[in-house]
Amino acid sequence: MEFRQQDIPGLFSGQPPVGHQSAFRALGETSFTNYVAATQPHLLPGRMPDAAVRAQGHGPEALGVPHGTTIVALQFAEGVVIAGDRRATSGNVIAQRDIEKIFITDSHSAVGIAGSAGIAIEMVRLYSVELEHYEKIEGVVMSLDGKANRLAGMVRGNLGAAMQGFVVVPLFAGYDLDQPDPAKAGRIITYDATGGRYEENLGYHAVGSGSMFAKSSLKKLHSTSADLATTVKTAIEALYDAADDDTATGGPDTIRKIYPIVVSITGPEGAVQRPTDEISAVVDQVVAGRTENPGG
Amino acid sequence: MTMPFYSSVDQLLRDRSELARKGISRGRSVVVMTYAGGVLFVAENHSTALHKVSEIYDRIGFAAVGRYNEFEGLRTAGIRLADSRGYSYDRVDVTGRWLANTYAQHLGTAFIEQQKPYEAEICVAQVGETAEGDQLYRITYDGSITDEPEFVVMGGTTEPISTKLKETYAAGLELDAAIAVAVEGLQTAAAPGNGAEARVLGVSALEVAILDRSRPRRTFRRLEGSVLRELLPAANRAEDEPSASGEVAGGDDVPAGGGEG
Repeated sequence: MEFRQQDIPGLFSGQPPVGHQSAFRALGETSFTNYVAATQPHLLPGRMPDAAVRAQGHGPEALGVPHGTTIVALQFAEGVVIAGDRRATSGNVIAQRDIEKIFITDSHSAVGIAGSAGIAIEMVRLYSVELEHYEKIEGVVMSLDGKANRLAGMVRGNLGAAMQGFVVVPLFAGYDLDQPDPAKAGRIITYDATGGRYEENLGYHAVGSGSMFAKSSLKKLHSTSADLATTVKTAIEALYDAADDDTATGGPDTIRKIYPIVVSITGPEGAVQRPTDEISAVVDQVVAGRTENPGG
Repeated sequence: MTMPFYSSVDQLLRDRSELARKGISRGRSVVVMTYAGGVLFVAENHSTALHKVSEIYDRIGFAAVGRYNEFEGLRTAGIRLADSRGYSYDRVDVTGRWLANTYAQHLGTAFIEQQKPYEAEICVAQVGETAEGDQLYRITYDGSITDEPEFVVMGGTTEPISTKLKETYAAGLELDAAIAVAVEGLQTAAAPGNGAEARVLGVSALEVAILDRSRPRRTFRRLEGSVLRELLPAANRAEDEPSASGEVAGGDDVPAGGGEG
């Protein structure tokens, strides 16, 4: 039997709830996404008008929408670090030099995005509200696996758009507050376009067009027992290697002062975007090292 | 089909008001007030799980008294409405005035159209960029809405608390002084069902939260445990008794008993 509040008896009985009334009826619903899907489905990311679905053969290239590139995530002794370059491309053109592709989604999680930038940014915006919404309604923070699964659901919801070429590939990094050992609390979760969710147990991962080069770099350089400073440097080395060999990934731009975005997530501090001063110092170190030996 | 008895609209609304008032006056009280750093919520609540005070949005907080299931529904609806608006417009477009009006519309409609009115009274508070921007809205069971400049006292026996606060409240108090004013106000009300014996409310009997003007984005913060104890007046710090056995800790402070109490 369905457990639902009765309609208001009176003049409008039997009619669907209008305007704000729906908010007072959704008994026990803690998901913001489900609420939006039921009341304002047009607001969901990747929702395509029928006409767009019928127009086969016009992918992202035809529309010239920007595309995000390389994201890396690294587990370390105190948690996890996630970092991304700043370039968005549209075909062979740089669409934006200083796009931000790493988003802090709540106190202990962050998501990096590769793929169709417009849908991805909208998805992360909805995802952040989803996490905050749950926290406010329930009075407790969602479990880390809960967070990872909610994101999987959103990627799956975008499958229709993905089939048209608008693929979104997020990379999730979070700190598991239920895990007493900080060395194991940092977790990295990856997704495919169908919403498949994969836990990365080897301590590092990368997504996006430069991910192959970034992963090769991380394989040689990264150690999960490293401290924060070393891990941040390794992340920047990996992004440098990706930019070195992938045209769509942007290297650090020391002329315009555009540096990678790096977010660290640890137990005591939570998710923190590392300040530009700190990153610029590390970038200078890395660039100096590459001047000596371009192979790193 | 039987013919309904005739009753005048006037009588009908009076009956409903009486029912709602009774329900609201049964529980323990909540005080909401502005202080130098933002907005302070102090509720007499022995439960750490069933809250009377909650975060709604970045700069908006919520406090309620009355039937727990009813105000809990109002609270979650407020969060849904605020999050929807913030998501489809922008975070700065979610305002306390808008939310208070929406609540007033809903409660007003329910008071007239539903079989039973809400036995709940709520306060929507918004912290401004400056003290002048702080707003407190009180919304009652029939949808009446008032904009209160200084403080709001709701639930239980409000008269002695309001009288006390009128004497002791001042604008621009520091946090510890404001908590002292609120707690001393709450102590003037007798415990539900008990005689008029003097009470001292300790950490475990209070639910305290603030909307902190100095915080970026989400300003709502609960003050609990040792943090709260440090801020309480000296006489209240030592007091840490769990609620008397046989008394409920929170939620519906006194069983409703089908509205006959």
